Amino acid sequence: MIQTRFQTIRLHTLLILAVLIICLPVILAIIISTQSEAQVLSYPPRLIPGSSTIDNYNKAWRTVNLGRLMFNSGVIAISVTIGKVILSLLSAFAFTHFEFKGKQFFFFLILVTLLLPVPVRIVALFDVVRGFGWIDSYAGLIIPFWASATGTFLFIQRFKTVPVELIDASRMDGCRPMQYFFRILLPLTKSTIGALCVIEFIYIWNQYLWPLMATNSDSMRVVQIGIKMLMNSESSNNWGVIMAGVVISMLPPLLLFFVLQDSFMKGFALQSEK
Amino acid sequence: MKSSSFKNPLLPYVLLIPTFLILVVFLFYPAFETFRLSLFKVHPYSGAERFAGFYNFKKIFTNPEYLSSFWRSLVFAVTVVIIGLMFSLFVAVLLNQKARGMKLYRSFLIWPYALSPAIAGALFNFLFNPANGLIGYFTGVRTWLTDSSTAMFIIIIAAVWKNLGYNIVFYLTALRNVPTSALEAAAIDGAGPVRRFFSITFTYLSPITFFLMVMNTTYAYFACFGLIDVLTEGGPAGSTQILIYQLYKDFFVHSKIGYAAAESLILFLLVVGITMLQFQTTEKKVHYQ
Repeated sequence: MIQTRFQTIRLHTLLILAVLIICLPVILAIIISTQSEAQVLSYPPRLIPGSSTIDNYNKAWRTVNLGRLMFNSGVIAISVTIGKVILSLLSAFAFTHFEFKGKQFFFFLILVTLLLPVPVRIVALFDVVRGFGWIDSYAGLIIPFWASATGTFLFIQRFKTVPVELIDASRMDGCRPMQYFFRILLPLTKSTIGALCVIEFIYIWNQYLWPLMATNSDSMRVVQIGIKMLMNSESSNNWGVIMAGVVISMLPPLLLFFVLQDSFMKGFALQSEK
Repeated sequence: MKSSSFKNPLLPYVLLIPTFLILVVFLFYPAFETFRLSLFKVHPYSGAERFAGFYNFKKIFTNPEYLSSFWRSLVFAVTVVIIGLMFSLFVAVLLNQKARGMKLYRSFLIWPYALSPAIAGALFNFLFNPANGLIGYFTGVRTWLTDSSTAMFIIIIAAVWKNLGYNIVFYLTALRNVPTSALEAAAIDGAGPVRRFFSITFTYLSPITFFLMVMNTTYAYFACFGLIDVLTEGGPAGSTQILIYQLYKDFFVHSKIGYAAAESLILFLLVVGITMLQFQTTEKKVHYQ
């Protein structure tokens, strides 16, 4: 369809407007994070960078021990992601490449987990984790999240698109199932694994309710709770420091997102086909 | 499933063991146990249990605070879904045009996906805070977050904003799968762009719309906890207290275990209801292939 000049201009205007709506809160946060308390309070509001950048970031980093919180969030997000990828690869392999008794039933059980988000089972989950002695520990924030319906479905979708001839040929060559899995299937699944990694890392990094309940010492808190801690500890007008903390804490998932954007988009396309 | 599969009687079970170990210990058992506890009175310190039938449910449904939180959550979810999906679809349609710089636009429109609800809460807290919030300055109204009639409105805007990236990605992917042949045929029949959109594109988008309705509803009901905790803590005067915040307070702050378990069961029934609704609609109405 041919666009007129007017239509092109209108399209770009609307897109720029949408970009502004979506980006403005974060752009402002970055600007404010450079301003001193007095600059933040100036009237009319000052919308240009201020002079307190290093002070603010330094203070945000030290006030709530942000380094430690980032480390915790990183350890947790990476461990959960790796565990989820491995477990869902294995179960997707079982569902797509084997016939066995109770397959339908097991698949149904995985489907059921979609109905059981954390809040629905939180009362007893807390008891179970406490029973293991895992409150205020990495284990309590990592292990309960290893099983993933999303991941299993994602890999099932991907495995189904692998040509049947490949499995036949490798069986003729005397390839054992796990050899086939590691040598043929895994290399073909790289971009889906990348997509799941982005989705899960961001999901876990951004979790709030469970880490809030399952930890209680300051050294075991995660970065999301750190934002709230920072808001409570700073005087309510010192937004420069708070926004500095916000900017720091959103960097890791954003970096990952931009680096792996393409495989993430592919994974999303698969996800919506379930 | 595939005609061609490996023959091995034991291996598939071995492959499933790790997943099911986690599922049983951390999903199925806790869910079952939570539902069981909803029928008990549990002592907050000793943990002693006494069977109480539907006592907890009776208490819940005669508690005006819970009931208003129930309706508030519903209004919240419905508003977040409607505004969020409309805006995202609009942006996705723009992004689906052919013009220069589309990939760049795409990146800058979907990246809030990587932000957390808590961060959205902090950003909007700054924008609307009574002392020096920018929106307060530009609108002349400083009470956005301190007035119980407007606080919910801010929560809705923040929640919609945070989820735009997610929705735009899905709509964009779906739009790219709309066959151009159908659109061209309609164009030849004399349908203008607006009619083409509503009669053809929209039909093709209905499965993804239902999927997104479910995802956004669960997002509004559950994931927005962090946003609310950072932005209003449920206040002022409980005006932004949705069910998940209520559950958190009853369980974690007030240690009302049986009562909180009953609240969880109600949330579970809501999830089941929403999911059934999705299955029903996707099976009946949106068959187009």
